[in-house]
Amino acid sequence: MVMTDKQLAERSITYRKKILKYIVGAKAGHTGGSLSCIDILNVLYNEVMNVGPQNFTSPDRDRYIQSKGHCVEALYVVLADKGFFPESDLETLCKYKSHYIGHPTKKVHGVEQNTGALGHGLPIAAGTALAAKMDKKNYRVFTLLGDGELPEGSNWEAALTAAHYKLDNLCAIIDNNKLQITGTNAEVCNTDPIDAKFESFGWAVRHVDGNDVSALKEVLSSVPFEKGKPSLVIAHTIKGKGVSFMENSVKWHHGVPDKDQYETAIAELDMEMANV
Amino acid sequence: MGAVIENNTINGKPNQDVFSATLLELADKDRNIVVVTSDSRGSGKLVAYGQQLPGQIVEIGIAEQNLVGVAAGLASAGKKTFAVSPACFLTARALEQIKNDVCYSDNPVRLIGISAGVSYGALGSTHHSLHDFAVLRAINNITIVAPADNFETTEAVKLAVKLDKPLYLRFGKKAMPLLTDDEHNGFEFGKGRVIKKGNDITIIATGETVYPALQGAEKLAQQGINATVVSMHTIKPLDKELILQLAKDTGAILTVEEHSVNGGLGEACASLLLQNNYNKPFKIMGIPDEYTVTGSQTEIFDHYGLSADGIAQAVLNLLQT
Repeated sequence: MVMTDKQLAERSITYRKKILKYIVGAKAGHTGGSLSCIDILNVLYNEVMNVGPQNFTSPDRDRYIQSKGHCVEALYVVLADKGFFPESDLETLCKYKSHYIGHPTKKVHGVEQNTGALGHGLPIAAGTALAAKMDKKNYRVFTLLGDGELPEGSNWEAALTAAHYKLDNLCAIIDNNKLQITGTNAEVCNTDPIDAKFESFGWAVRHVDGNDVSALKEVLSSVPFEKGKPSLVIAHTIKGKGVSFMENSVKWHHGVPDKDQYETAIAELDMEMANV
Repeated sequence: MGAVIENNTINGKPNQDVFSATLLELADKDRNIVVVTSDSRGSGKLVAYGQQLPGQIVEIGIAEQNLVGVAAGLASAGKKTFAVSPACFLTARALEQIKNDVCYSDNPVRLIGISAGVSYGALGSTHHSLHDFAVLRAINNITIVAPADNFETTEAVKLAVKLDKPLYLRFGKKAMPLLTDDEHNGFEFGKGRVIKKGNDITIIATGETVYPALQGAEKLAQQGINATVVSMHTIKPLDKELILQLAKDTGAILTVEEHSVNGGLGEACASLLLQNNYNKPFKIMGIPDEYTVTGSQTEIFDHYGLSADGIAQAVLNLLQT
């Protein structure tokens, strides 16, 4: 289904409301990061990737691997919306014996890889993209990294491999919300300039407003940016995006709203919906 | 008597060579087989493989975490993936990738630990893998195999191609004898291979300690002590049925491994036996928990008694307890 930019933007707001709903239900979750990356997932699953429940077993499907596995709530609401499983399943989020746990696992239909430990998505994605090249298949591999996980050395090992093997069917997206659990990335471990680093490794890099679905659609539909090079999208996002008191606040990294906060947040998102 | 080693001479090749030759033969017929290496094709004896099948080898460079992550990705896309790297690095530096990307995600990577144990004996503890059984045993969803001889290595590689599950296979670079087996020449993961029968004691060995265990048993036979010798090539899943049967049939159990005495084959057997009310003499032989002595693999084996004489003496001591 092709959506207008307005419909896409509305879909993001709906997803945000659901993320909050299920995090409140579970009394756990990575609120800030899920809200920052949801526009990226929205655009990937609804506009860019050739993957859904109907072709999930096809070897030709596009793959999505979420390296920042802790923001699984964003992935769950999108997968449910795509019809991989009934949304009501998410009422079991983080409950005893539920498959819907705090990081992605393949027990949940639609999830490609079990993730959660950081620095793992890019090497797996590179290997999957390499398999496509070896098998002369056309599928693409997308992986979402948090900016806070960039100090993991395995990312840079895989960045070398992806360039070495000219994996232009690989697209890494950094959810660059500039905050992590302890503080700003710059305070914890400065990784800037991310673009120059990846470019020097042999990647083609583009920046985008990672909370602008229209801009995301344009950029993510343009991969590969350069033939023979892996693509990196630095998505500039706002942690906690869409809820004023959560935006750019470290305390909402894995903060769970109480009843009043939840109602305020939903009211803000409803107002935003009315003004899309 | 099952086992025969002609004149105690080494009549086989290094298991490492047999691994690469077998894999080359199989990969030449199956384009879906892929080897992934970390600048380790030389020590893995994969130079010929790389020359003959350049489209079926992926060089990662010296980056073991990435080696395993990339291998997991390849395997998830249907490639029959062999990740080949020195056991010391593969199972330590890339342990989290093994745990998560291979085992937890159930990506069927065949992890090949080359130059395992103290094969790089003179190079020091950085290059020893005396922890690999222990750490991998504690991880769900992986088969752990240490073949004793060329026959077991060949069969293990053939089975590895078919086994669509995570696997760790480790071996060394020293030439191995051919351990023939009159009664049961089959090989399957999870089934120990009895290579000599005797009622007095069972020696359960694995990998490259099976040969000295057998030599030790032959020395004991000259003194009228008859030992059963088992090549317990599969550390996990352990052949519980065979071990418990031999626990009943023989008077004591000695385990021998090229691994720390902590957490390996011996403790796996001890756990099984204790939980089944075993009350006969029992001993674990391996590398003790100390700053490991250096030298050739044979010198280190001799130093710690993992030799014909050392094992025979350990049996005598055990039977006196």
